[in-house]
Amino acid sequence: MSFPETGFPITLTVNGESRSLVLEDARVTLLDALRERLDLTGSKKGCDRGQCGACTVLLDGVRINACLALAVSHDGASITTIEGLADGDVLHPVQAAFVDHDGFQCGFCTPGQIMSAVGLIREGQAGDDPERVREGMSGNLCRCGAYAGITEAVLAAHAAMHAPDVLPGGHLIEDAA
Amino acid sequence: MNRFDYVRAGSVAEAVAAHGAGAAYLASGTNLLDLMKGGVTRPERLVDISRISGLDAVETLPDGGVRIGALARNATLAHDPAFAKAYPAVAEALLSGASAQLRNAATTAGNVLQRTRCQYFYDTASACNKRQPGAGCGARGGATRTHAILGWSEACIATHPSDFCVPLAALDAIVEIEGPAGRREIPLADFHRLPGDAPERETELAPGELIVAVRLPPDAKKFAAHSRYLKVRERTSYAFALVSAAVGLTLEGNRIGQARIALGSVALKPWRAREAESLLADQVPSPELFAKAADAALAGATPSGDNAAKIELARRIVVRALTLAQAGTPARVPALPASPFAAAPSGARP
Amino acid sequence: MSERMRHGASIGQPLTRRDGPAKVTGAARYSADFHPAGMLHAVMAVSAIARGRVVHLDVAAAEAHPGVVAVMTPENAPTLAKSPDEKDNPFAFRLDLLQNSGVRYANQPIGVVIADTLEAATEGAALLSPRYEAEAPGVELGGGEIFVPDSVGAGTPTEQGAGDIEAGFASAATRMEATYETAAQYHNALEPHTSVAQWDGDRLTLHTPTQALWIAKGRLAGLFGIPEGNVHIVSHYLGGGFGSKGFISSPQILGIMAARLVGRPVKLVTRREQMFGPVGHRASTRQTLKLGAKADGTLTALDHHTLTLTSRHDDFVEACGLIARHLYASEAISTTHAVSRADIGTPIFMRAPGEAPGSVAVESALDELALALDMDPLDLRLKNYAEVEPITHRPFSSKALRECYAQGAERFGWGKRPKQPRQMRDEDGLLVGWGMGTATYPAGMMQGEARATIRADGTALVETAAQDMGQGAWTVLAQIAADGLGLDGDRVELRIGDSDLPNGGLAGGSTGTATSGSAVHAATQAALAQLEDLAVNDRASPLYGAGNAGTVAENGRLARRDDPTRSESFSEILARAGKDSVEAKGTGAGEPASRKTYAMHAHGAVYAEVKVDPDLGQIRVTRLVGAFAAGRIVNPRLVRSQYYGGMIWGVSLALHEHAVLDTRSGRVMNPNLAEYHVPVNADVPSLEAILVEEHDPHVNPLGIKGVGEIGITGTAGAIANAVWHATGTRVRDFPITLDKLLG
Repeated sequence: MSFPETGFPITLTVNGESRSLVLEDARVTLLDALRERLDLTGSKKGCDRGQCGACTVLLDGVRINACLALAVSHDGASITTIEGLADGDVLHPVQAAFVDHDGFQCGFCTPGQIMSAVGLIREGQAGDDPERVREGMSGNLCRCGAYAGITEAVLAAHAAMHAPDVLPGGHLIEDAA
Repeated sequence: MNRFDYVRAGSVAEAVAAHGAGAAYLASGTNLLDLMKGGVTRPERLVDISRISGLDAVETLPDGGVRIGALARNATLAHDPAFAKAYPAVAEALLSGASAQLRNAATTAGNVLQRTRCQYFYDTASACNKRQPGAGCGARGGATRTHAILGWSEACIATHPSDFCVPLAALDAIVEIEGPAGRREIPLADFHRLPGDAPERETELAPGELIVAVRLPPDAKKFAAHSRYLKVRERTSYAFALVSAAVGLTLEGNRIGQARIALGSVALKPWRAREAESLLADQVPSPELFAKAADAALAGATPSGDNAAKIELARRIVVRALTLAQAGTPARVPALPASPFAAAPSGARP
Repeated sequence: MSERMRHGASIGQPLTRRDGPAKVTGAARYSADFHPAGMLHAVMAVSAIARGRVVHLDVAAAEAHPGVVAVMTPENAPTLAKSPDEKDNPFAFRLDLLQNSGVRYANQPIGVVIADTLEAATEGAALLSPRYEAEAPGVELGGGEIFVPDSVGAGTPTEQGAGDIEAGFASAATRMEATYETAAQYHNALEPHTSVAQWDGDRLTLHTPTQALWIAKGRLAGLFGIPEGNVHIVSHYLGGGFGSKGFISSPQILGIMAARLVGRPVKLVTRREQMFGPVGHRASTRQTLKLGAKADGTLTALDHHTLTLTSRHDDFVEACGLIARHLYASEAISTTHAVSRADIGTPIFMRAPGEAPGSVAVESALDELALALDMDPLDLRLKNYAEVEPITHRPFSSKALRECYAQGAERFGWGKRPKQPRQMRDEDGLLVGWGMGTATYPAGMMQGEARATIRADGTALVETAAQDMGQGAWTVLAQIAADGLGLDGDRVELRIGDSDLPNGGLAGGSTGTATSGSAVHAATQAALAQLEDLAVNDRASPLYGAGNAGTVAENGRLARRDDPTRSESFSEILARAGKDSVEAKGTGAGEPASRKTYAMHAHGAVYAEVKVDPDLGQIRVTRLVGAFAAGRIVNPRLVRSQYYGGMIWGVSLALHEHAVLDTRSGRVMNPNLAEYHVPVNADVPSLEAILVEEHDPHVNPLGIKGVGEIGITGTAGAIANAVWHATGTRVRDFPITLDKLLG
């Protein structure tokens, strides 16, 4: 199918909410659609070329770089951004673990780190192996150098999410620092 | 990024019909959008093939081979347990490439068709015969530490950056193509072109042709027990290869049966080292034999600039990859795929 | 996380970040996240040549692109109240603000396209297709005339030394000389330089990341010819600065000019590749170290000469020689600098400016000397331990370096290190090497102010235009305020990151917490003094007449110092006085007398383990242990993070970062994060930072030394030394890339 020259209407399910918009042209990336058109500025633009990971979101449950995806190509998709992770005031276990383990400094790469960590845990490939976590998180640059805390946070969140009696939210995670 | 016409294709036939002069196929766009943002390429039309159903399938064929759909994601393929068991070097190569986010998006065909990372190709203020035939090669005489050592020409000294394609070339993969003139197949090892005097022609694809699948032949599995991909890079992860090698061996008693060797990031195509393979066939493996094979693999290598170190590095990586392959494929893809820091079997090293 | 740790707000507690919840939920808004109504997008076009001038821009093509609203070029750029080349002070670096068609470095801004959408502005900028009159650029280190600069770094003397250096060499039993090179590096904060600018007549509201709000405010007021009070900069969160956001840059100001040109709010975000030029960098250096020592290792001469680059049009000189001025005792010391000019963007302060490249050279040289003397590298450093600052002979205000060496060595297992290289392998046959280096960074102070308000509801408001760029100001200033006021942290409201607040100094030079923290502390004491005045003069107060004994503040109450049972809450005091609040200002600054008397530095020792593939040369830093002493630690959790960050920068300097320059064009050929390598998570598998106890009664009332930069120093040298120890190959050209080890 070909789109009209007047614009490209698309609908995305963002953080569980259906959001419709008309793109004036097809070159709008998913990241710019979120940031500039849906006012979801949590996802960050660090390089705009898939080289830093700050824009990481879940696309149909899978972590990707939103800067290297055309919004129009993902019409109908389900997107989870950092804004959609917490349950009201209750932080997601990964978010809570990042706070507890000081997995950030300036915070600019943090939404991407956290979405990447959520994706990594879902992928189930790294488990509780710190080396696999480090490798799996290497698509997210942190110029402040918070990698040690990030790795600890991902491992702690993984443990919390896989504990048999996990409670909603992350506040009960014991500090392992 | 320029404005372009966007067409979403529902089928391969629709896609081929929608393609025309100035058009490009869009799968996930991890490479194409990067190039468009840099102004390296400015297609007038994108034909979005990402929703063509069935193109992402990975299927075992009746003859024992496997057919990987053009849209199968790099991560999906690498994490498919049956696939990774049968073609461990391919899985390891895939997992050593880019980042998890990019592997989740990047497709089989997109990876095969990814374009060079030559910095002079990306820098639109530099002359580049790929971007503009006849403009000259800005890389010659420039910053060339990472450039080609095999198969380059005065017109172009770029390399092909894919990890995935290296074991594919070693394993005699076949590229299935559909286009205006119908269906055809090309061995992957012949799919990418060396630059010669026409570096703008990067592959054997004719205008409008589309990769629909990549096939591994039945006998590619026989290397599964002695297979490695090894990649030297300048940080532990998320970096392009400086050089890489894919190796597969069959061992018959104390002798090598067949050997497969391909090198990555040394030329404008994944570099199959057939002479080295012949040297190894039916021989008793030894460090001397591996060194001889490595010499044969690099026999024609010459620096294209300030990159003589890559020749020695490539020689050494062939020896190491052969040594590791002989020792046996790890049960699981290592935590640091294809890295020299992936734990190796004890005593495998000199 | 225990409740006590979360809420027992006071200095020394490892509290989690107060800004943590905002940062992990995406609620923290950085400059580019603000979208005032009617906002347009602006994108810069930058120069592909490094020297010459722009002779044509295809403005018509850009204007014809749908969505483009305006194109700003030297033809129509708003005129400024003063030339951007005018230097009011040495740190008013020259700017490129479209005031002429000249080009003085690659990636210099040459035009701005303003459009309804980001996409249209981006394409409009590409359509400008500049044509140039190009001159051959000179960009190489030492390529031009070499001269001795007037000063280096932040106005430090170019040359400094002590003793007779020739005599020192003459009396040496062992001499070594080596030249080390470090590469040009770009800060590459993850957050690009951004402006969201909105004019209302002559008043400017600006969202922009800056490490120094008041310096930026003053600079903008001067350029636009408006009162400082008309400039309102909001920068609550800053996505990494590392020095590149210390002084407001050309791209940020071009966004403001674009807003003025079109009369609407404008957002301009620098593209990643555009950050390789107009926003500063660390220049490449070539450093020659000459050392002389007696047979027992006692240094007789330490000669450190630096050659570096600065831009053709401005002055900033990487001050590599500073380390040698205060770290090791030597009978004679000479530190000198020379510089040549090049067609590059002006270099600028970058995390541990001078110290970072200087340290890697000094620590490598000491390692080489240790080998020549057949000494353990740690023993050599202990042999030359400076009991007083070597050149000035001033005592140190505090110096727990000996403890750092010892605790780090113990933790690392340094005692088991073989002296000779290439002696250790791991179970996989990888070469293993151990190296160490000394870390040091000055404990500076800037000047800053803060305001504290104690309110009738028993809460307090503390305000200062300080900046949190990740070091933790949101948290530690609140801790300092809470302690100062005797309030629970939850009752302290902190406002920072806004230029309308009192001058908070500069988040840089490892001075931020010391300066703004001291100001906050002083403000809290001044506010309490007012409260005390109200109480002790009020017959109805239980504190009446406590004047001589004085009061202490605790748990929101003032109590007699000599009788804590006699106390009254802040609320009660204010209520009876009929006041809503008391308010006071405080200043934080170095105390001149003690700064003259004492040398003030933080110190540390870093131990590194690397593994190197014996054939392929690939390197991995498998273990880093740093032990640091930096006075009083306000928040150990956040301080540890600062050390880790610095140590990772050390890894980066030693092994990764370098701008690849094409000397023919003057362009950086790897202006992207795929090929300008900074470490990824997998590059740093094991970090440890030991916080060594140190009390400093002189540095400032709180006893705080900065911790943001020291981690780089020592670390890069330790890694270089470990690579030598693993391989036997001494690489003196940084970063140590694997091709240099193939041999």
